[in-house]
Amino acid sequence: MGISGRFSGWRVLKEGLTGNKGWTPHWRDPEPKREYDVVIVGGGGHGLATAYYLAREHGLRNIAVLEKGYLGGGNVGRNTTIVRANYYLPGNSEFYSHSLRLWEGLEQDLNYNAMMSQRGILNVFHNDGQRDATIRRANAIINQGDDAEILYRDQLRQMVPFLNYDNNRFPIMGALLQRRAGTARHDAVAWGYARGADQFGVDLIQNCEVTGIDVAGGRVVGVQTARGPIKAKKVALAAAGRSGQVAALAGLTLPIESHVLQAFVTEGLKPVIDHVITFAEGHLYISQSDKGGLVFGSYLDFYSSYAARGNLAMQEHTMEAIAAMVPAVTKARLLRSWGGIMDMTPDGSPIIDHTPIAGLYLNAGWCYGGFKATPASGHCFAHLIATDRPHAAATGFKLDRFRTGRGLMDEEGTGAQHNLH
Amino acid sequence: MRISGKGLISGGRRVNFSFNGVSYMGQEGDTLASALLANGVHLVGRSFKYHRPRGILTAGSEEPNALVSVGKGAAQDPNIRATQQEVFEGLVARSQNCWPSVGHDVMALNDLAAPFLGAGFYYKTFMWPAPLWEKLYEPVIRRAAGLGALSGSANTEPYEKAFAFCDLLVIGSGPAGLMAALTAGRAGADVILAEDDSRMGGRLLAEMEEIDDKPAHVWVAEVLAELAGLDNVRLMTRTAVTGAFDQGTYSALERVSHHLPPSQSLKTAHRPRECFWRIAARATVLAAGAIERPVAFRNNDRPGIMTAGAVRAYLNRWGVAPGERITLFANNDDAHRTARDLVAAGVHIAAVIDSRHDAPDGRDFSVIKGAVVCNTSGRKRLETITLRNVSGEEKIQTDCLAMSGGWNPSVHLTCHMNARPVWNRDIAAFVPRAGAVPGMVVAGAANGSLSTHAALAEGAGAAVAALGQLGITAEAPALPRACDAPYRISPLWAVPGKGRAWLDFQNDVTVKDVAQAAQENFRSVEHMKRYTTQGMATDQGKNSNVAALAVLADATGRSIAETGVTTFRPPFVPTTIAAMGAGAAGQGFKPQRYLTSHRTSLKRGAANTEVGLWYRASYFAKEGETTWRQSCDREVMMVRNAVGVCDVSTLGKIDIKGPDAAKLLDLIYTNLFSTLKIGRVRYGLMLREDGFVMDDGTTARLGQDHYVMTTTTAAAGQVMAHLEYLSQVARPDLDVRFTSVTDQWAQFAVAGPKARALIDALVAEEINGETYPFMACGAITVGGVAGRLFRISFSGEHAYEIAVPARYGEALFDLLVTRAEAEGGGAYGMEALNVLRIEKGFITHAEINGTVTAFDLGMQGMISKKKSCWGKVLSERDGLMDEDRMRLVGLKPKGAAQELSAGAHLFEPDMTVERVNDLGYVTSVGFSPTLGHMIGLAMLSAGPDRLGDTVRLVDHTRGVDTLCEVVDPVFFDPEGGRVRG
Amino acid sequence: MRIACPLCGARDRREFTYRGAALPVPALDAGAEAWSVHVHLRENPAGPLEELWQHELGCGAWLKVRRDTVTHAMLGVVLAEDAGLAARDGEGPA
Repeated sequence: MGISGRFSGWRVLKEGLTGNKGWTPHWRDPEPKREYDVVIVGGGGHGLATAYYLAREHGLRNIAVLEKGYLGGGNVGRNTTIVRANYYLPGNSEFYSHSLRLWEGLEQDLNYNAMMSQRGILNVFHNDGQRDATIRRANAIINQGDDAEILYRDQLRQMVPFLNYDNNRFPIMGALLQRRAGTARHDAVAWGYARGADQFGVDLIQNCEVTGIDVAGGRVVGVQTARGPIKAKKVALAAAGRSGQVAALAGLTLPIESHVLQAFVTEGLKPVIDHVITFAEGHLYISQSDKGGLVFGSYLDFYSSYAARGNLAMQEHTMEAIAAMVPAVTKARLLRSWGGIMDMTPDGSPIIDHTPIAGLYLNAGWCYGGFKATPASGHCFAHLIATDRPHAAATGFKLDRFRTGRGLMDEEGTGAQHNLH
Repeated sequence: MRISGKGLISGGRRVNFSFNGVSYMGQEGDTLASALLANGVHLVGRSFKYHRPRGILTAGSEEPNALVSVGKGAAQDPNIRATQQEVFEGLVARSQNCWPSVGHDVMALNDLAAPFLGAGFYYKTFMWPAPLWEKLYEPVIRRAAGLGALSGSANTEPYEKAFAFCDLLVIGSGPAGLMAALTAGRAGADVILAEDDSRMGGRLLAEMEEIDDKPAHVWVAEVLAELAGLDNVRLMTRTAVTGAFDQGTYSALERVSHHLPPSQSLKTAHRPRECFWRIAARATVLAAGAIERPVAFRNNDRPGIMTAGAVRAYLNRWGVAPGERITLFANNDDAHRTARDLVAAGVHIAAVIDSRHDAPDGRDFSVIKGAVVCNTSGRKRLETITLRNVSGEEKIQTDCLAMSGGWNPSVHLTCHMNARPVWNRDIAAFVPRAGAVPGMVVAGAANGSLSTHAALAEGAGAAVAALGQLGITAEAPALPRACDAPYRISPLWAVPGKGRAWLDFQNDVTVKDVAQAAQENFRSVEHMKRYTTQGMATDQGKNSNVAALAVLADATGRSIAETGVTTFRPPFVPTTIAAMGAGAAGQGFKPQRYLTSHRTSLKRGAANTEVGLWYRASYFAKEGETTWRQSCDREVMMVRNAVGVCDVSTLGKIDIKGPDAAKLLDLIYTNLFSTLKIGRVRYGLMLREDGFVMDDGTTARLGQDHYVMTTTTAAAGQVMAHLEYLSQVARPDLDVRFTSVTDQWAQFAVAGPKARALIDALVAEEINGETYPFMACGAITVGGVAGRLFRISFSGEHAYEIAVPARYGEALFDLLVTRAEAEGGGAYGMEALNVLRIEKGFITHAEINGTVTAFDLGMQGMISKKKSCWGKVLSERDGLMDEDRMRLVGLKPKGAAQELSAGAHLFEPDMTVERVNDLGYVTSVGFSPTLGHMIGLAMLSAGPDRLGDTVRLVDHTRGVDTLCEVVDPVFFDPEGGRVRG
Repeated sequence: MRIACPLCGARDRREFTYRGAALPVPALDAGAEAWSVHVHLRENPAGPLEELWQHELGCGAWLKVRRDTVTHAMLGVVLAEDAGLAARDGEGPA
């Protein structure tokens, strides 16, 4: 079971009775070896999950995850924790469906409580056009084999009576409910995968920035790092937020812009919102953490940025959306706001693919769908790395789809070009 | 206990308030905290996890313990800091997160289970069996968690937002802030002085000090009097600057009426509850002072244990002694002032304990040096402390412990733009990094300069420097005489020993928790924070972060500087959603755009629907019509058989002028517009640069160099920006200009077999097939008003669109509808318009949904081969020309149900309904009264190759599963005879 | 965030609309590869970036802004029509 041992309620009792002195590190801090079979660049949720599934599903052991800062310090550590499988375009549908199924067994699999809470997500629509688009989506979800229900105003009102039904600039017409969707404790997902990977012998190496990617004869041979050169048979990039910079080390230019997406949390409050609720008008999404804080966000800040901090204008927009849609919670006080760096692709969907360089694999472009994708992203990326073939659930995430125009996945219909999402 | 004659609010008016149902008396100028202490109330709240009894720790907005709920019913306001809430007549406050009462809280059982509830325990359990998480564990955890409760009702109180601009924003009104404001004010700069407290003066209100040989508060009053007399200085109390953003933008929250009885504030005095400010400051002086930090020792969280500076503040400002036998425990000289002031006020000192062996002696009190407090007792109020020094341990009876671990400069705003503060060993604290926020100069205690003299000097100097950046010359005033005692400190973070020593009071994070996190390899400061929740409470670690990371540094064998800090992020003080979202409640979320026909339409029975920001009539209910379908069917038949009038003014209208107007239109549209004759209109398609359809619409040529373009309602703004992009960026050589005239013209469709006669009778000009053939346009006069007439149709009928300046819109609409009614016609709305266009296979944004190409819409013929156009190159990518792409078709029901459903998916009749067999989806449906059955448009894989085929239509959500026939999207009058006739 | 519009002066960010990297516009006949690169691929630097903004709720001018994507410092603003982004053949992409 690795150095941390198995976790259970009995263990918590036992350690509690002995002064909690028996707890040991959740993962090791090894020195990097000189060579690995696979080097994963990026110790976020996706990189850690990739390492875990490479080891568990494909039997690889000689793996390193290289992380510039601390494990889980990227977007897995700064998001609004939503898990759902309510996409409607082929390519996305089966992938997020796969991801939700992995989420459902994740905690027992990892022996780590990530507080996956299938509390249901409600996507509120306001007018006929949005209703029909939502119904198209609901049908696509059901056709994929996942759950979706359409609730109209009165049914919705019974379920979530505190929304603004009576005096709303954009009246609430109904919602798409996916009961199996919900939230998870974001940090714990990263830690759970880290601990799981470590137990298989994966080396998790923090404070180890990759400064170069070594290519010889069109094939990747290793990386340069802040802690010296490391040889590798395969190198897998999972550095969303910084994908462009990391890929540039191999001379690649990606179809990605980096943008800021803010997230917000209020002071703790007694339970008031039991679901995840999103609104078509204002792009608001809101839920309440188990600790009691309201967690929410809306649009991107809409400019390229690596600053990991947000803009006042978008903060105000987000609060205005709450005032408009959920006026029963506006006495809650915003406690903290933060910004994550999003890899934005032209069509708003991700990339899990080979690169033109042999042995170099790319996992990038998660836009703002990265957290819910974590298990499937790791699972499918590991499959690609190990077998050199795309996993059946991730055949659509091609790097060259923009060039060919084939298989574009523009869920929002805003365009397969930058800055429209 | 109030000390008669002591403090700055002495002699104030008496006010009655209640706390936990008990009535108390306070004084005007009291905070709830000072008033409770004056009444001997120490037990105010309960902690988050262990539900430990808690009192008042501080005297400021950083208070982690004394959070209360204020007000009743819908006005209930949770998580209010008692240290900030001013008392007023009738104030009702109560403790929260406790049941049944703060004195007897059932959840305090958690405290007994503490060994099992350590850092991150929940990550290790509650996993079996899996379904119990949602059914049992999580609901229990959620109910136990949280602090105060919302009322559950919509917040209907008024809030406001405002912008402000200044040369210099001064944040904080202590000695540094006041000097900065005075310096800048005298120099004539526009100054905003923002102070979180209800009263300006900062620590000078809390200290027994002299400035220029006057009591400090007198000096404060004199400076404020001068500032108040300067027109260029704006004084803002109760205003916390909450965030520093790019280019000198700051956010601030003004608590406008929290201190007023509800009867005096909102409804009578028209005061909002709060105002959220956006301040654009050319330069800033941050003089936010410092926050005193506790020391971690066993049971350091009991009611009656406070920071030493808070004890001084309660004594000197509010005239309240928070105990009768007070003990001081400190590691720095500054804290000795507390003992000095208490002695001077005649309060009994039980002991003065200093951890330093070389601590200075007191003049009026003796100091126990080289000693620490290692434990306390007293469940709901401190009773004893245990002193430990070389000679052993000793219990001391005391009812209040004033503790000081030193002061942390309030560097928070300097970190909002990602700068990291710098460790300063001399004061054992983090100080701002130089240049952390462009345009900001930090002064006084916030800068780590912890004497009044230094604060005064730095405040003036900071203003001179900040204004210097702006080219404004300011002169520092003569420096007032003030205390310049050195700040001597020897770090003491946590007293070693058994038991739990609190770091984060609210979240119940103890020294043990941090050590356990390190033991489990959560060694990064970010990991430690996230694993233990240290610093994640409502004070965001203002009281505890530095000590916690010092403990982590110790546990991991690193220095504090190496260990690093977590990031302070906005807002500096928690800010209501209501204030930041002010104006958006109810109908205020977005502007409301009304048509000129709005009022008269309502009179005619219109049911309105919102379309983007606009409101449009869905249908016009006539007497006897009980469903929208009845009205819609009638309106459709009216247009097909007589004449209908519809307000189409929401369509974007863009006036295009210039010698190169034609060239620009040829660039933006897929088809040619340079060949369009004057007096003619053409339908056009435009592409995004990725080759997908952006929008469609008609453009009329009114003159050689003058066109008017119409866009769809939804894309009006996008098209306007696109035109400007093309002309300014891609083709600046073209001489062409654009003006949006959407709101300037009211435009009405007049459609149907009787449309020509109606228009002809109405306008001065003769209107017939000769003068106005299909797709003609020109100037007309209607009722003496110059207007425009376009013979275009979105219904397939002989139709016109007539436009007049918006101020005549209402009158013209009325006239048109009246005349139409006389001919058996009338007004029609969006529902009928939609059916009419589906019957003709005309597309809207239901079809142009951003993911379709001209090829998909069967409009590839509209992409001119004679020229190129924007987006054409990428529209020709291989993948976008696949025959089996989903392409536009019509659908007719075939099954018994005779039903179609928008949003349904399409399948081969013999295939299973699952994603892999999905052939497409239905975009639009309607009942065609003309044809007597439902009709629909759909995007179907290889659609045009399947005409005549049968497909299965499935909408799980509406329970529709039926067969339908794939047909050409033009259902009605495919030859177009009616529109031309 | 505030942007100094050369025509209007410094204005709040919410008056402006963002487009992205200020790239030379290919000629319309530049071919699929050139257009695909133009529309999709981005250097996406962490540091100074030349980008296009429109003062949409102000004067309507498109601006070429030089801005640091790490610090958000504004390093220069010019009118886009003076920025020489049009296709190099001088006739533009018509």
